[in-house]
Amino acid sequence: MRVGVVDYEAGNLKSVETALRAINAEFVVSDRPEPLLATDRLVFPGVGDAKAAMDVLERSGLADAVRSFFETGKLILGICVGSQIVLDASEENDATCLGLVPGTARRFPGDMGLKVPHMGWNQVDNTEGHALFDGIAPGTSFYFVHSYYPDPDHAEHRLATTDYGITFAAGVRRENLMAVQFHPEKSGEAGLRLLGNFLAMSE
Amino acid sequence: MLQKRVIVCLDVRDGKTTKGIKFKGNVDIGDPVEMARTYYEQGVDELVFYDITASAERRKIMIDVVARVAEQIFIPFAVGGGISNAEQMREVLLAGAEKVSVNSQAVRNPDIISEGASLYGRQFVVLGMDVLRDADMPSGYRVVINGGRTPTELDALEWALRGERLGAGEIVLNSIDADGTREGYELTVTRMISEAVNIPVVASGGAGRPEHLADVFEEGRADAALIASMVHYGDYTVEGIKRYLDERRIPVRLDPLPGRTN
Repeated sequence: MRVGVVDYEAGNLKSVETALRAINAEFVVSDRPEPLLATDRLVFPGVGDAKAAMDVLERSGLADAVRSFFETGKLILGICVGSQIVLDASEENDATCLGLVPGTARRFPGDMGLKVPHMGWNQVDNTEGHALFDGIAPGTSFYFVHSYYPDPDHAEHRLATTDYGITFAAGVRRENLMAVQFHPEKSGEAGLRLLGNFLAMSE
Repeated sequence: MLQKRVIVCLDVRDGKTTKGIKFKGNVDIGDPVEMARTYYEQGVDELVFYDITASAERRKIMIDVVARVAEQIFIPFAVGGGISNAEQMREVLLAGAEKVSVNSQAVRNPDIISEGASLYGRQFVVLGMDVLRDADMPSGYRVVINGGRTPTELDALEWALRGERLGAGEIVLNSIDADGTREGYELTVTRMISEAVNIPVVASGGAGRPEHLADVFEEGRADAALIASMVHYGDYTVEGIKRYLDERRIPVRLDPLPGRTN
């Protein structure tokens, strides 16, 4: 089992790499489509702004690589902004995104009386029955840092939920694609367990 | 529900965790990587490493500590102390830190905040502020630098708001009046600043008992609380503190550690 890690943000994937190393994953980090398409499973991280991320992905050919990978039926795990740019669009600088899951990334409303970004550990609910959360109790906390959240058009594409003023999709899924808004690589043993589950899942 | 964070701060000098003792100077109390691992296993939510190394080799030593910590603990941590330009921020980031903390350097050169935020995102830049009670200032608190030794002309509230505008993603607010007293956080200034800004505020200085964290979360409206000597000398554990907070119905992360699947 070889994992490809999509590198499109000038190399800061240190924490994803160390987490994968901690669970003894065999992985390759690349900013080119070919080596990634040759792997069995794709991790698709993301930090920063959706529009800038999409620009880099389209220019480098990595956007098409992720779409092609999705077509093969092999499993993909998006992380953080990765869970937003799998949608059709993001409100962040009106970005057009990958369109793998119908929906939009939206900004937290300014009038909630809550601080934005949503930063810190928050509980992830409605995870029952999904193999990604195997061995992780519903309501376990994961580490979040974000100002936009995924809002899939269809309820069946929600993978889990979290409350922060509103109840939002802490993750999305469609067919062989899963993506989480939180950072499993920074969420302690629960996060490592989730990454391990992703590698252990059958297609 | 978003949890209140308990953050442990480690002062690092020449690669060792150290603690200032009144009249005695700094005393080494352990290996920062081992201590980080222990607190991680006790359920700490985040760590801060503050570099107080004086030698010219300081950055190399600290970067090595950061890289070793990043290999072993899988929670966010920040690094501060002497970081004054974007290149140093990048080194810390590439070594595996989630956040960088700027304090005196940001007072001398506020652009470092906006530069760091535009290069690495605002979640990366933490504004550390040392404040001292001062009736002459509009908010009643003055910003001081160099570990509290040098007063500035900055008002604490104005500086916090400016830091937020410049792009800081979080504020660590340290009260010099309370620091080292172990008699509790400075609740007034914490609440004032936490209510004024729209970014998280981490209270620092004065923690001696678990009740102090409860007070700063409830009355001080802090989003997170920094502790150091409470746990460094074994008086309390992170887990014990969080269990106390949980009994007080303050939302904290107390999840059991699930086993890894390899």
